[in-house]
Amino acid sequence: MIHQTAKPGLFDREILAEALLNSFRKLAPRTQLKNPVMFVVYVGSLLTTVLYVQSLIGQGEAPSGFILAITFWLWFTVLFANFAEAVAEGRAKAQAASLRSAKRDVMAKKLDEPRYGANYSKVPGSSLRRGDVVLIEAGDFVPADGEVIEGVASVNESAITGESAPVIRESGGDFSAVTGGTRVLSDWLVVRITVNPGEAFLDRMIAMVEGAKRQKTPNEIALTILLVALTLIFLMATVTLLPFSIYSVETAGEGRPIMVTVLVALLVCLIPTTIGGLLSAIGVAGIGRMMRKNVIATSGRAVEAAGDVDVLLLDKTGTITLGNRQASAFLPLQGIGRQELADAAQLASLADETPEGRSVVVLAKQKYGLRERDVRTLGATFVHFSAQTRMSGVNLEGRQIRKGAADAIRVYVEEQDGSFPEEVQKLVHDVARRGSTPLVVAENGRVLGVIELKDIVKGGIKERFVELRRMGIKTVMITGDNPLTAAAIAAEAGVDDFLAEATPEAKLKLIRSYQAEGRLVAMTGDGTNDAPALAQADVAVAMNTGTQAAKEAGNMVDLDSNPTKLIEIVETGKQMLMTRGALTTFSIANDVAKYFAIIPAAFATTYPALNALNVMGLATPASAILSAVIYNALIIVALIPLALRGVSYKPVGASALLRNNLLIYGVGGLVVPFIGIKLIDLLLVALDLV
Amino acid sequence: MTANGLLQICGYLGVLLALAKPLGRYMAAVYEGRSATVRVLASVERFIYRITGIDPEAEMRWTGYASAFLVFNLLGVLAVYALQRCQGFLPLNPQGLPAVAPDSAFNTAISFATNTNWQGYGGETTLSHLTQMLGLTVQNFVSAASGMAVLVALIRGFVRRNADTLGNFWVDLTRSILHILLPLSFLLALLLIGQGVVQTFEPYRNVTLVEATGYDRPKQDDGGHPLVDADGNPVTGHVTVSEQTLALGPAASQVAIKQLGTNGGGFFSVNSAHPFENPTPFSNFLEMLAILVISGALCHTFGVMVGDTRQGWVILAAMTLIFVPLLFVTVLCEQGGNPAFAALGVDPAGGNMEGKETRFGIVNSALWATATTAASNGSVNAMHDSFTPLGGLVPMWLMQLGEVVFGGVGSGLYGMLVFAIVAVFVAGLMIGRTPEYLGKKIEAYEMKMAAIVILVPPLMVLGGTAVAVMLDAGKSSVFNPGAHGFSEILYAFSSAGNNNGSAFAGLAANTPFYNLMLGLAMWFSRYWLAVPVLAIAGALAAKNYVPPGAGTLPTHTPMFVGLLVGVVIIVGALTFIPALALGPIVEHLMMIGAR
Repeated sequence: MIHQTAKPGLFDREILAEALLNSFRKLAPRTQLKNPVMFVVYVGSLLTTVLYVQSLIGQGEAPSGFILAITFWLWFTVLFANFAEAVAEGRAKAQAASLRSAKRDVMAKKLDEPRYGANYSKVPGSSLRRGDVVLIEAGDFVPADGEVIEGVASVNESAITGESAPVIRESGGDFSAVTGGTRVLSDWLVVRITVNPGEAFLDRMIAMVEGAKRQKTPNEIALTILLVALTLIFLMATVTLLPFSIYSVETAGEGRPIMVTVLVALLVCLIPTTIGGLLSAIGVAGIGRMMRKNVIATSGRAVEAAGDVDVLLLDKTGTITLGNRQASAFLPLQGIGRQELADAAQLASLADETPEGRSVVVLAKQKYGLRERDVRTLGATFVHFSAQTRMSGVNLEGRQIRKGAADAIRVYVEEQDGSFPEEVQKLVHDVARRGSTPLVVAENGRVLGVIELKDIVKGGIKERFVELRRMGIKTVMITGDNPLTAAAIAAEAGVDDFLAEATPEAKLKLIRSYQAEGRLVAMTGDGTNDAPALAQADVAVAMNTGTQAAKEAGNMVDLDSNPTKLIEIVETGKQMLMTRGALTTFSIANDVAKYFAIIPAAFATTYPALNALNVMGLATPASAILSAVIYNALIIVALIPLALRGVSYKPVGASALLRNNLLIYGVGGLVVPFIGIKLIDLLLVALDLV
Repeated sequence: MTANGLLQICGYLGVLLALAKPLGRYMAAVYEGRSATVRVLASVERFIYRITGIDPEAEMRWTGYASAFLVFNLLGVLAVYALQRCQGFLPLNPQGLPAVAPDSAFNTAISFATNTNWQGYGGETTLSHLTQMLGLTVQNFVSAASGMAVLVALIRGFVRRNADTLGNFWVDLTRSILHILLPLSFLLALLLIGQGVVQTFEPYRNVTLVEATGYDRPKQDDGGHPLVDADGNPVTGHVTVSEQTLALGPAASQVAIKQLGTNGGGFFSVNSAHPFENPTPFSNFLEMLAILVISGALCHTFGVMVGDTRQGWVILAAMTLIFVPLLFVTVLCEQGGNPAFAALGVDPAGGNMEGKETRFGIVNSALWATATTAASNGSVNAMHDSFTPLGGLVPMWLMQLGEVVFGGVGSGLYGMLVFAIVAVFVAGLMIGRTPEYLGKKIEAYEMKMAAIVILVPPLMVLGGTAVAVMLDAGKSSVFNPGAHGFSEILYAFSSAGNNNGSAFAGLAANTPFYNLMLGLAMWFSRYWLAVPVLAIAGALAAKNYVPPGAGTLPTHTPMFVGLLVGVVIIVGALTFIPALALGPIVEHLMMIGAR
């Protein structure tokens, strides 16, 4: 189960071993070609290898030991980048594997006709295609994702959600989706399979972390272009150094031209290998982090887009408020005791098993000490809610107590020749304006007062909205309530805007209008009627408890079915971009120190005066060049944890965020290599290696 | 530095920045078609469109705009080439100058069409008045106006939403000339004539010197080889000079536009060091001001047109922040002089006056050198080749930065905006958001085009220099040995590869090799930048506007100024440090005696 097993540490031993092996497998030229920056290093390594062999068999351009050392570290640079990618993939795969293990291959009962009681044959679950209909009985595993077309059953979905309480799945409505790997506990279901093998969410996600099928996200492509441009600039700067150096030797009349080995070393140090080597690891790790949060993304593009979200649409019920309304106050008319109203309300609700009804009983007991009376001993007859009367209540000992919506009670009271006073109207209006639902209570044609049923806003939700606002995300509440009620709840929950009396069309229209303004819209949803809106939204998170239609329409599925998960999704998306940006800045800033190490060393024989630039006081030209190359390789390894974990995101506003990251990765990137290269140089000298 | 020097610099910068607002606002009004001049001269514009068959209402896509720009510039190249080759048969040639050599004519034609104004020739000894006026002066106007038109198209790319057109190239070109360049040039030319800049069609005049002078000239044998005596010393004969030829011509009109249009091609060979081209300190001030005034003011034009003037001031601030420190480096290096002379007992307080005009002095020479290379002007009032190594490094590096610090009229700002796009991209990633600039998302296509814009100039500069130092044809033109000779070649390609046109001297560039190489460098770095910029404009115009939110990176803050400066400096430094190390840097280190 996900929440128990699949949290591998940053460096799980097994993953590391596998990754080590994969770093060598990734040396295949075809794999290397995918990463233009590292491909340059790859070619450079090949070149120096040839130069080394040449130095062994004939006249080398430098002592073979020096060329060997450079070659050795250049290959390490390539391997370290491979390793970073392999570790990220390994971790994501381990995560996926633990999800997949939930999907054991079971025998399915494939029905000949799509109805309960038809003949079935047993086939392997993996052979099922979209459209097949299967019977799943108590104790069976669900063989694949599908939609219930007949039956009601309790299903244990803990394998996917980690939630141990069973859930009800039934045909029609919003609870008709079943997920492969879950288990039916009671009764039976007839399910139409909705996915072909290999198309399930999990399979799509696994494909995303596997190198071959992984597609670059838009920002990744744009960044790669920038990195390629930088690489080309440095290629020009180093390649032209050879003729420049030859000319300088001619004109200065001393020294010898720069060695090709040194040129390759300089090139590799200058091109953005740090970000180039870690780029794909960052992307894979981002998807992996989503999985750790129990979110299955079906495209990397969606993960990345999450970081750009401007507007978040949230369903009111179940997301912002608890699912049910609760009685919060008894509001008697003038001349009627609060106790009397509470008593009548409780009596009328004793047999009302809806959560609202239960809450009336509980409120009367808590606030007015009215004990819950035993229904049978009262000798009462209960009037259940019906669609015609839209009231419920109780008849006992000559008392007729009714509770219901204001207009329903008005009809009832007027039928009994009673009056519906203006005061009630006012109370009802006040309650509605507070965002609550009024229930009017009447006894024998006389109105007693109003019960206020309150939408309970979830604890902590307001703080989350504040956080979203600081991230620059506008929250919009979607509700079927009237505008008055919606406004009150919106104010209490602290959302920025709301859409009242929402229909699927209105939701779709709202999303389109935001998109037309150029905003990126995220939405969470679970119902089938959310599907069009989910399909339209840029980032659509479907709840795992939602219908198959909703899941298909979304580009992410939240296994925990927690609508506020979007905050974490946004954070992960932002972290992915930030990590790339930070490492790019770091990579480029590093070049300054590398110039100071290599330029004086490379031209030491032609222009000894350039040694004035050797501000680090590196021991010899050879040690300076080698130190820079070693630093360049080791920094990739040193930054693997950061690439996998991601740069931390705090919603402090764009300017503050940029300032912090510029200080850490820009200024840090300028300073760190000076220290690093000097230390490596000292070490090389101390170990007598140069 | 003296207080007087500081005062002159402050005065210059003060007037320059004060003019940015009114001129910038006026130019925005011109391009938006709502300035008073556009109304008053509407009939003139209509007449021009009618005789040229242009429909001023026709909107162009970026491809159409780019095609019009390219075709128009190509025609310009052909016209200037033809004029030079035929000038012998054409009027207004009082000196009877013959046709210009094909390679030189090719180089000059490209040079003036691309707003580079690299001059491999000496004006007064090569070109007729007709060629100067109909060829060069016309190109001075239209090449500058072309750059401004491309900039306006880019700005429209930011402003327009979900649009597929960028305006009309011919209208933008016409308005740039008619409402901006012509009136300003006319005003400046009058002021310059008032200072004594010549403006005449008369032939050159021979005058008798007040005091005859003389010099020793080496004697040559019949084969043109210098004669030496038995000790190996050259044999010389004394020559007395009592008469001088004064070159004249319609200089003021050309000088005005060469400065305002960041062209830089002087009427005379020594450019604005010539007393007839730049006679007084005041004419010097006016000409220096004219170098940067339009490029600076266009920043405000940009701000006005995108509807947020802060965006324009930020760009201007970034340019100024790069310009001022580098200016001080030049001034201080030139003021510091050469320690080798100090060792010989020369008073170091005199600074390095070699190659400078005494009527301008060190500060005004350094200021001109910095301004002319910051903008892609290239005119000179002192010889950069004679600057101290670091004093010469600054002009060279300012060109290598891509001519985006003020830069050419139009081209400087569009180049800087491309750097802004790159800065926004990196910064956007760092705050975890798909980067946006002025409400437009910056995506892979824009990055691709921006990459081309940033890549082409270094390719021309480094690639061209590499070819030159490998071939005898390139090496034989170098007058000075050692690192300084390398600087001379690098400077030439930095100038051509960034469309500046400034010459370091010390390099015989009027050879077929350099005429061809530098001509190609100028061609590629002008059009391979302008066309991708128009492609960016087209892509941006097609995008929807993303309204700013709390998560949007603000681009009107001091931090963005710092970021933009950082990107320009870092890219420029990382690209050229190795080459500079082998030229001016090592030269400086050797001068101060480092070993």
